[in-house]
Amino acid sequence: MTVASSSPPSRLPLRDAEGTASKPRTVRKRERHGGGRGDGALAALFIAPAMLGFLVFLLWPTLRGIYLSFTRFNLLTPAEWVGLDNYRRMIDDPIFWDSLKVTLEYVFINIGVQTVSALAIAVLLQRLTQSAVLRGIVLTPYLMSNVVAGIVWLWMLDTQLGIGNEIIAGLGADRIPFLADETWAIPTIALINVWRHVGYTALLLFAGLQAIPGDMYEAAKVDGASEWRMFWRITMPLLRPVLAVVLIMTVIGSFQVFDTVAVTTGGGPANATNVLQFYIYGSAFGRFQFGYASAMSVALLVVLSAITILQYRLTRAGQTDLG
Amino acid sequence: MAAVTTTPPTGATVRRTRPRPSFGRVMAWVVMGAILLVTLLPFYWILRTALSSNAGIAADPTSPLPVDATGGGFARALGMQSTKEAIAQGGAGGGLDFWRYLLNSVVVSTLITACQILFSAMAAYAFARLRWRGRDTVFALFLAGLMVPTIFTLLPNFVLIKQLGLIDSLLGIALPTMFMTPFAVFFLRQFFMNVPREVEEAALLDGAGKVGIFFKVLLPMASTPVITLAVLTYITSWNDYFWPLMVSYSDSSRVLTVALAIFRAQTPQTGVDWSGLMAATLIAALPMLALFAFFARRIVSSISFTGIK
Repeated sequence: MTVASSSPPSRLPLRDAEGTASKPRTVRKRERHGGGRGDGALAALFIAPAMLGFLVFLLWPTLRGIYLSFTRFNLLTPAEWVGLDNYRRMIDDPIFWDSLKVTLEYVFINIGVQTVSALAIAVLLQRLTQSAVLRGIVLTPYLMSNVVAGIVWLWMLDTQLGIGNEIIAGLGADRIPFLADETWAIPTIALINVWRHVGYTALLLFAGLQAIPGDMYEAAKVDGASEWRMFWRITMPLLRPVLAVVLIMTVIGSFQVFDTVAVTTGGGPANATNVLQFYIYGSAFGRFQFGYASAMSVALLVVLSAITILQYRLTRAGQTDLG
Repeated sequence: MAAVTTTPPTGATVRRTRPRPSFGRVMAWVVMGAILLVTLLPFYWILRTALSSNAGIAADPTSPLPVDATGGGFARALGMQSTKEAIAQGGAGGGLDFWRYLLNSVVVSTLITACQILFSAMAAYAFARLRWRGRDTVFALFLAGLMVPTIFTLLPNFVLIKQLGLIDSLLGIALPTMFMTPFAVFFLRQFFMNVPREVEEAALLDGAGKVGIFFKVLLPMASTPVITLAVLTYITSWNDYFWPLMVSYSDSSRVLTVALAIFRAQTPQTGVDWSGLMAATLIAALPMLALFAFFARRIVSSISFTGIK
């Protein structure tokens, strides 16, 4: 995604004041106020470029996006204020609701499969071996762009010549038009993106697992606990805060699916993969309805904020069981 | 919870004794093997297909080795075949100049990575180590930026880039992420906050200025997090598709991901040029695989590192 859409979403901080691995944590004194003069001028100089980027490419676009959602705007003539027209239109637009539904279906499958697989991989990496080579291999798909991943799987799942369907046909079953069939297309795209992202997610979870003291497992083993029992009694409870944060950020990322759809199905067949981001893109650049596209972006922002808050509450992501 | 006793072990060092291979353990390895197979098979299949001819692929779609091995796919992807030749081998007539796109990708990713890390580090230093009024408020504002999903700023940013007259330029692609990301600032600030103050004070006593301390002392000390961040930023900007797609219209600013999608869209009516497409895919992915081969250990541990943050 992008710095963005297909890449992992901006990583959220887990704990604010943790040190880097190597440095011992120092007691943080309140900067000696009163004592010396401030560093105002120097600070202004140091922060100027980042501030410029923040104001021009983050804060201003955010405000402008909200403003544009209340206008009719086609890039050629100045934006014209139309009040809530775009939002009314959105509510009456069956394609919008369809694309929201398709997006939710995608997110549901993508997140469900990815979280379970990433957890399995992370636990296997932790309990089976500590091999850095295996960790590296698991990560390789992450190095590919979504475009590459999409095209490769488009080929492997091709109805006529793809190795996937050759195997299916070899087993005597009917060939499946994975990306050309209305029911199969979204699950297929969701799984392609699981393939690309699961290693990254697994490594984040693996990092969380590394923070669990090994002697907990040792002690449990002495008590005769099975791996299965240790997973539910030690791993899951202690990993929960990390899992929650990883979940929030992967959900936000997967709502922004675009690249894979663009190179595999282009929204088809019959709008079956017309995810929200794709519809927004089409409205803006296909039909030059920037106002309407902005309104849908605002809707997406609202949905994402709500999900983040809800998830954060439900999973009590801020708390840790370890400390 | 069992009492967290005595030694503070990192999970890594504890299990040294090799347990007998139990049934469960064997099954776990089988699952692991299956995961690795699914992970790696596509890479091999890209190579196998890229080295096959299109006729050969159709004749023997399951052969594990390249069928009718040829470099034609690569020649087509790199625009080194005549139109006639390309069409004869099942490709599209229109040539794509992959070297050009490769260069564009390198320029954009390097520009974004170098500038973003430098500017973010400077800001992080100001947030972590300098005293100035309003610091905490401004930092909170930056942090809030973490919450804005990228999609949301893309359309307004496009309008802005268009008004700046930077559409279809490499600078236009790089600009929005060139100055900072909230994550980069946050990430590096964490590091600077934890550098012992004595280090700075010693340098001050030696007569270094604060600017000097940043560039000569703190920035070199931060090489590990900086490289971590740089590699992740490079991968992300290299793989980005949506934003470059919006901004670039012609060869002059086309990056590899966009070019690849176009190569895919140009596919001939008669059937997809799988051999050429896989060759192009490989060319597009190779630089990141090379980067990975070079930095593998570092990247892997760095992701674990960002995870704990």
